[in-house]
Amino acid sequence: MKDKASPVRLSFLVFGFAFLYIPILSLVFYSFNRSRLVTVWGGFSTEWYGRLFENTQILDAAWLSLRVAAMNATGATILGTLAGLALARFSRFRGRTLFTGMITAPLVMPEVITGLSLLLLFVATEQAFGWPEGRGVSTITIAHMTLTLSYVAVIVQSRLSSLDISLEEAAMDLGARPAKVFLLITLPIISPALVSGWLLAFTISLDDLVIASFVSGPGSSTLPMVIFSKVRLGVSPDINALATIMVSLVTLGVIIAGVVMLRRERARQRDLRMASASDAS
Amino acid sequence: MASSAPAPTRPSHPWNDPALEPYIRIERVSKSFSGFVAVDDVSLNIYRSELFCLLGGSGCGKTTLLRMLAGFEEPSSGKIHIDGLDMSGIPPYERPVNMMFQSYALFPHMTVDQNVGFGLKMEHRPRSEIADRVAQMLKLVRLSEFAKRKPEQLSGGQRQRVALARALIKQPKLLLLDEPLGALDKKLREHTQFELVNLQEELGVTFVVVTHDQEEAMTLSSRIGVMDHGKIVQVGTPQEIYESPSNRFVAEFVGSVNVFEGQVTASEAGRMRIRCAELEQALDVLSNAVAAPQARLWVAIRPEKIQLALQPPQAASNWTRGLVKEIAYLGDLSVLLIRLESGKTVRVTRPNVWRHEEESITWEQEVYLHWHDSSPMIVRE
Amino acid sequence: MKPDAQSPKAAAPAAERLAGGSRRALDTIGRLPPCRWTQALLTRWGISARTAVIAVPYLWLLLFFAAPFVIVLKISFSETQIAMPPYQPLLEWAGERLTDIRLDVNPGNFLYLIEDSLYLRAFANSLQVAAVSTLLALLIGYPLAYAIARSDPRWRGILLMLVILPFWTSFLLRVYAWIGILKNNGLLNNLLIWLGIIDQPIVMLQTDFATYLGIVYCYLPFMVMPLYANLEKMDLTLLEAAEDLGCRPLRAFASITLPLSLPGIVAGCMLVFIPAVGEYVIPALLGPADSLMIGKVLWTEFFNNRDWPVASAVAVVLLLLLVAPIMYFQRVQGRESGGRP
Repeated sequence: MKDKASPVRLSFLVFGFAFLYIPILSLVFYSFNRSRLVTVWGGFSTEWYGRLFENTQILDAAWLSLRVAAMNATGATILGTLAGLALARFSRFRGRTLFTGMITAPLVMPEVITGLSLLLLFVATEQAFGWPEGRGVSTITIAHMTLTLSYVAVIVQSRLSSLDISLEEAAMDLGARPAKVFLLITLPIISPALVSGWLLAFTISLDDLVIASFVSGPGSSTLPMVIFSKVRLGVSPDINALATIMVSLVTLGVIIAGVVMLRRERARQRDLRMASASDAS
Repeated sequence: MASSAPAPTRPSHPWNDPALEPYIRIERVSKSFSGFVAVDDVSLNIYRSELFCLLGGSGCGKTTLLRMLAGFEEPSSGKIHIDGLDMSGIPPYERPVNMMFQSYALFPHMTVDQNVGFGLKMEHRPRSEIADRVAQMLKLVRLSEFAKRKPEQLSGGQRQRVALARALIKQPKLLLLDEPLGALDKKLREHTQFELVNLQEELGVTFVVVTHDQEEAMTLSSRIGVMDHGKIVQVGTPQEIYESPSNRFVAEFVGSVNVFEGQVTASEAGRMRIRCAELEQALDVLSNAVAAPQARLWVAIRPEKIQLALQPPQAASNWTRGLVKEIAYLGDLSVLLIRLESGKTVRVTRPNVWRHEEESITWEQEVYLHWHDSSPMIVRE
Repeated sequence: MKPDAQSPKAAAPAAERLAGGSRRALDTIGRLPPCRWTQALLTRWGISARTAVIAVPYLWLLLFFAAPFVIVLKISFSETQIAMPPYQPLLEWAGERLTDIRLDVNPGNFLYLIEDSLYLRAFANSLQVAAVSTLLALLIGYPLAYAIARSDPRWRGILLMLVILPFWTSFLLRVYAWIGILKNNGLLNNLLIWLGIIDQPIVMLQTDFATYLGIVYCYLPFMVMPLYANLEKMDLTLLEAAEDLGCRPLRAFASITLPLSLPGIVAGCMLVFIPAVGEYVIPALLGPADSLMIGKVLWTEFFNNRDWPVASAVAVVLLLLLVAPIMYFQRVQGRESGGRP
């Protein structure tokens, strides 16, 4: 039934991945172009990388974005873990439907709505309570946390639902109080889900243009906001250089993750052999 | 079997001694989950150092009862006493009870010795004491050289022993085992059954085992409680359960049985004469059951207690006639399905005593079925 | 039997190494005074850990997700003002007493949305663009997901990773890449001229075509992921059974695979359609300057015209349009993740 290399399926793969990757590869390719006209090849050059690192506006924005992304990811992971825990472990509490709704809606809510509504909230609270004083890093972080905690919650919830609940019961049976059970058993076991949740929250924050545009104030432009204003005026080679750096970093991360996973898989195979070898006893 | 060779550490039949205080008292306990009654008014006494099995099909409430002993569920009504202490409101982490889970629930991120030592660590015992007791426990379950392995690196049987060691290390007053052998393959299971019994007798800890496997229950237990639809339907030694089932459900659930509906035609002290429409001859049964004349009741006969003959028996009762419809050769014994004239099919088993037996009985042959007057059991609906 | 807790999937090995170091740390943290004090305090207030676990994210979401919508609704009924903030307060204290509160409900903004055909056209156009893009994404994503799900298991992980990888790189930069490809002297036009297919560049950038392309490109991973998850867990013996019963492969696909993958199709389409309706960046960069996408209209009202009440009214209408699909998505999502009672 499973014909190894059906040409039809192969062509699906080739077409699909070509569509996904040709635009990205074109960015990388033209980042090494000497010519200012991005699409006309003028010889190899790393000039644009140098220009990029002289551009303090981009560097400042990148630093701001990284800070926001890290704070957001940490906060969203904490809140999202609690939310995921509530969804997975407490099957009945008052307002659960509303809670589930508020977790899943941000996943698909158009960003313009989220951004506008958060800005209006901040304006209203500033009028009423004097908080927040102006808008900047803190408001962007809060906005991003609201968005990304949902992603973390969904990841954590699905991990918890696949976790054998008797592990937690066993710990409790052996004398661990609920808080201890969570710290010593649940948390270590679901930690990979927390790591991927953190990374996802980090990336989404780093990538967000629309919400940040609404809730940021003067002097707090994130990297996407700076890129957007440059890109609107047309292609510019230093953006290609920036894109290449980002793509390389992500690819590197993925390769490292891949190698680690491969090693783990080998270790697991070894363990399984070990287990079956000792089955005789 | 465990019940036939009781260890010297426990009185042979504590449940028959009215002076003895039960170790675990379950008093009229019920549990319902949003309208569904999982455990229905169960009362049960379990004595010190017993190995008690809760036997029943899935959904009969046996696991819920076990979880109430462990403290994972609170009874909707009724009380549970362990060693004289009322357990209501006491959370699992404060009960003198430990449990071995069906999935073993070994912590995947800890090594074998960390798993086994977890309970002591929760009591904040000194590190040296934990190390000593873990080493001792691992020696007992013959896993000393696996102390530094992760659960993932162990075979099924080894994991089972780690789970047992982890549950026993706190020296609980009561050990609960949820399908302790369910995850093992058949060969290993038999071996482990005897190991479990030996360990229990050695340590003298009271065990309550939940199982759906009647063979396992028979091998392990001092007594069995058979459960159905949230109720305990019979409590007794394995022999009592098998040879004198209190009702039709128990008779059919434990082992296989042929059941006939009958009517009492005469009864005297210790004997009863019963007429069954499905059998040619009347039944003459040794029984202490009291039944009014003309009462309708059920008679059950185990397949191994029916003998086959090619000639009609001399007696005027306790036999019938049929045609052999199926013969299944199982190695140690053969199962025959015999159709009676009434249309009823009767199951008969015969041990294969001889290696090359000339099979005298074949398909479509007419045979006579007969049994001893002590074999039929009178059971309630 | 329950799924084995020690099965390799359940015990993700990444946990172990992390946990090895972190467990002792966590144990220590749990015993530190602040943790104990917090616990003691919560106990004194009669707040159980359970309540705290639910309440913290709940309050956060109520404050920063639900409350803002109430404010948007409120402002959508107020009047524009040249001030900061540029809208009239809805509740005014006209006097000393409580009864003097005057409620200015002004449906003018909504009437304006109906009167000016621009908004209606923008809504209709957005729905159409989102629907067409979703369909295109399905047409490209389904074969891709299918091919990955039916490929050699050793390759599946890598192929799937390749689908997700672009998602981890910047969204904005991926849209930007298409500018370089689609513009008049861009990659695609140069290629077509070089091949001799055309001799004048075709205008592709700032067209609806570019908008569709951008949306399909950016949201493709969202389409592929749920489809893959669905197709991968499908029981292949069903197809074998169908073929055994005399069904040709194409027919078997149409009568077995396709109906069974419907939940994946629905989830993927929702994940593309709902955000695409309100999409701003893609039409702003790739679409025509006068493109009528509602996200762009809202943005313009807000940032360029500084008309916050009208922007709010647009948001309210957009939200109303999307409530049904969002709730449907939640039901699908709930069914997918709801294993435990």
